[in-house]
Amino acid sequence: MTDSIVPVKEIEEKMETDKMWIIMGPQHPFSHGLWTLKIKVDGEIVVDADPIVGYLHRGWEKETENRTYPKIIPMADRLCYAASMTYTHLYCMTVEKALGIDIPEKAKYIRIVADEVCRINSHLMWLAAVGTDLGNLTVFLWAMREREYFLDLNVKLCGARMTTNYPRIGGVRNDLTELFERDVIRTVDRFEKALWDIIALMDDSSIIVSRMKGISYISREQCANIGMTGPAMRGCGVDFDIRRDDPYDNYDKVDFEVPVLTAGDSYARYMIRIEEMFQSCDIIRQAVQKIQALGKNAPYRIKTPTKVPAGTHFMRMEDPRGESLMYLVSDGTDKPYRLKVRSPIFTNVSTSKVMCQGCRIADVPAILAQIDMCLGETDR
Amino acid sequence: MSVVVEYTSILDFIGFNSYSLMDNQYYPFLDEYNLPYAISYGLWKIIGGTIAWLINLIFPGNPVSEWLMGDGASTLFALIIFMLIIFIVVFVCTLISLWMERKCLGRMMDRRGTMIGMKGFLQCVADGLKTFMKENTIPGKVDRMTYMWTVSLVIGVSVLVACMIPLSGRWFVVNYDTGLLIVMAFFALAPFFILVSGWAQNNKYSLVGGMRAAQLMISYEVPMLIMIATTALLAGSFNIGDIVYAQNDNVWYFIPQIVGFITFFFCATAESERLPFDIAEAEAELVEGWQTEYAGMKWGLIMLADYFRGYVACAMVTIMYLGGWTLPIIGDGPIPEIVFLLKTWFVFFLMILVRAALARVRPDQILNIGWKVFMPLSVVNLAIVLLLKVGGVF
Amino acid sequence: MDTEAVYQKPSEEEVKTLLTEKFPFIEVTGTEPRRVYAKLPKENVLEVCKYIQHNLTFEHCSTVIGVDYVDHMTVVYHLSNYWNGLMIELSADLPLDDLHVESVSGVWEGANWHERETWELFGIVFDNHPRLERLLTPKTYEFFPFRKSYKLRGSE
Repeated sequence: MTDSIVPVKEIEEKMETDKMWIIMGPQHPFSHGLWTLKIKVDGEIVVDADPIVGYLHRGWEKETENRTYPKIIPMADRLCYAASMTYTHLYCMTVEKALGIDIPEKAKYIRIVADEVCRINSHLMWLAAVGTDLGNLTVFLWAMREREYFLDLNVKLCGARMTTNYPRIGGVRNDLTELFERDVIRTVDRFEKALWDIIALMDDSSIIVSRMKGISYISREQCANIGMTGPAMRGCGVDFDIRRDDPYDNYDKVDFEVPVLTAGDSYARYMIRIEEMFQSCDIIRQAVQKIQALGKNAPYRIKTPTKVPAGTHFMRMEDPRGESLMYLVSDGTDKPYRLKVRSPIFTNVSTSKVMCQGCRIADVPAILAQIDMCLGETDR
Repeated sequence: MSVVVEYTSILDFIGFNSYSLMDNQYYPFLDEYNLPYAISYGLWKIIGGTIAWLINLIFPGNPVSEWLMGDGASTLFALIIFMLIIFIVVFVCTLISLWMERKCLGRMMDRRGTMIGMKGFLQCVADGLKTFMKENTIPGKVDRMTYMWTVSLVIGVSVLVACMIPLSGRWFVVNYDTGLLIVMAFFALAPFFILVSGWAQNNKYSLVGGMRAAQLMISYEVPMLIMIATTALLAGSFNIGDIVYAQNDNVWYFIPQIVGFITFFFCATAESERLPFDIAEAEAELVEGWQTEYAGMKWGLIMLADYFRGYVACAMVTIMYLGGWTLPIIGDGPIPEIVFLLKTWFVFFLMILVRAALARVRPDQILNIGWKVFMPLSVVNLAIVLLLKVGGVF
Repeated sequence: MDTEAVYQKPSEEEVKTLLTEKFPFIEVTGTEPRRVYAKLPKENVLEVCKYIQHNLTFEHCSTVIGVDYVDHMTVVYHLSNYWNGLMIELSADLPLDDLHVESVSGVWEGANWHERETWELFGIVFDNHPRLERLLTPKTYEFFPFRKSYKLRGSE
């Protein structure tokens, strides 16, 4: 910014212009759930932001302490509606680690397929949200249309659309249904073409690009320090993906790239998620090939003991929204002593002050759409 | 004492003043033929004649029957019917554009749009009924008077300006020499009321929305007026009819003024507060902007007023650049009103396309667009027209 | 401590030796591929965390977890290295009569909300925390719902 001849700052201080708190939420079109963002504005410029969460606090972690291990699986689905499979997967992995068992290869690949389908699901939901927050309803509906195909895949896989209840401790609930491999490849092939339509709608429009470019810059160091994870973090230049750098469940046996951009603005976060969808398609293809190589009658689930030996264990995984971590304290009974979930959005939303400072009111939805809110896992 | 005494048949009453419409000494349109007025005059002749006949049956030879059919009363009642006809036609046209938006937008977004009755047209009626039957809620801490009259004025001005648009050389309300300017003046009034209404509602979203309406207005109003002046310069008149017939005589003005046409189209989009320029009611961040505190019937009327304004904006584009109600070679044609409406809906369809493809701009971007893009373009347009005019092409 | 060498990509063994050499009170309880588990007294949490953050380049604090073991409480820190995917799990025991531990939100800003959450659910006080307020539960709560002493209705 060039210095103006008029000392604007001093004049404003002399005039004692009021700064105004605007309370956005909990029932607000941008919030995509129940949470509140208090923003302090100076005219149209946001000078402070204070997120308020907790409207959906169900005491999930406390609740699990009174349930046996298998009964927690459906509860883990309810942590996040858009990517339910990933949380169930994480929970099962944590318990498997505590049990010290290794699950069959086929189950691992099936979980990868299910996870990546969920990732695309969740990213499409995010794309839809970005569309509405920028004011373009066409993007919303087109993304939702594409999402339907992946929900249909969920149905084909386990019979449910959103709360899938599919992974089990020691494998997955059922084998791949007939022709699932064919359907998933077809859907992915179709999707890769259809996604280009949406990208054209977003990227070819200079309005949309100018709404995101250069907005809410976060540097690499700051991003790591404030605890932002997931695609938003990779948009800030942190080259880290748990699937690649801390692999779990055979992610080290599939070949994929981790998109990283150093621009650090809203547009970079958008680009990362788009690219991740393409990478997910690649992963799905490879995993399906591996499943087919294993043969039809390969085992997909092993029997596990109901009681988990005492100890503390944790696992982390790359959720569509960032790093999710489960910490399990078991005391040798069939119920967990303590189960803690680290939700990526819980930390990401705490950074909204950093993200929103200095932008305009109109940018607030466009910026916060990039953290892909999901309150189920934030409040737990 | 009265001439009516001699009449017995109902037909005598209906044909009381059998001289032509324009010979009425109170004929309000000077020497111009006005189709809706002729229709309403004829209607009143039938209705008034019947009433007069009925009264005369009961009280033979009374003065009321004669008064009802006299020049003065006929003109008075014909004008009332005239107003109704004008309003209903504009209202139906607006509803059709609303239906068109829902249907076309739906198809572009890969959904079906409205489905209820007559290919979804009756959905407008259902929505209207629904909003009208809602409770009339007024929030506790608003400035009640300002809150009510600003919204009435926004709606009233929008309906007024929609009714003032002539559909053809024979379908108009007033035929001013400065018609275009007056339409634009009324058209540009609404943002002021929106600004005041934003203050009156005691809501921060409304306040920001109202301020944004003002911000929006200062960004497009000046280039828009320059382009209106350019068109008037080209046609040599501010009279809407003259502008249309000047285009018919030469060429539709979007050919010499292609720059102006495109710029004016977007200015008109901004004027009617449609995407991508609907920053005053940006629902993503401002909930519903300045309309946040209006509920039920008031909100329904505001939405309707928005479409009235959209209709006016399209009509302005049609009049100024697309030859109004004339067609090349044919000229006026048998039903110029339909030609005009079809052109208007075509422009509206372009607006729907823009809405489906673009996102909302930021308030500071619209100022940039207004002053750094629209303004130079309108001046360039003016320069081109001046050159053409000086060069003797027009 | 800023003057000391910065190890950008320490291996598990390096972390283990560096930590135990530098801080004799740290007890490394185990290592796995990309995992180091350590125990330390609660007085030294901030000091160790600063060292880990700056000199071992663990830029990210995943979580701060509280666990109620009835006779004592434990705070668990999961620290993550973005250069090689290494994770350190630090746990510090707190006696019930002194539930205070130094806040690490000055080291990692991301720990801020995790500490708030741990405080409101377990009552573990993080000293020098910028804003220790209730986050998930209503501000009127005066108890700590995730402690074992708080029984759920119907769980008898």
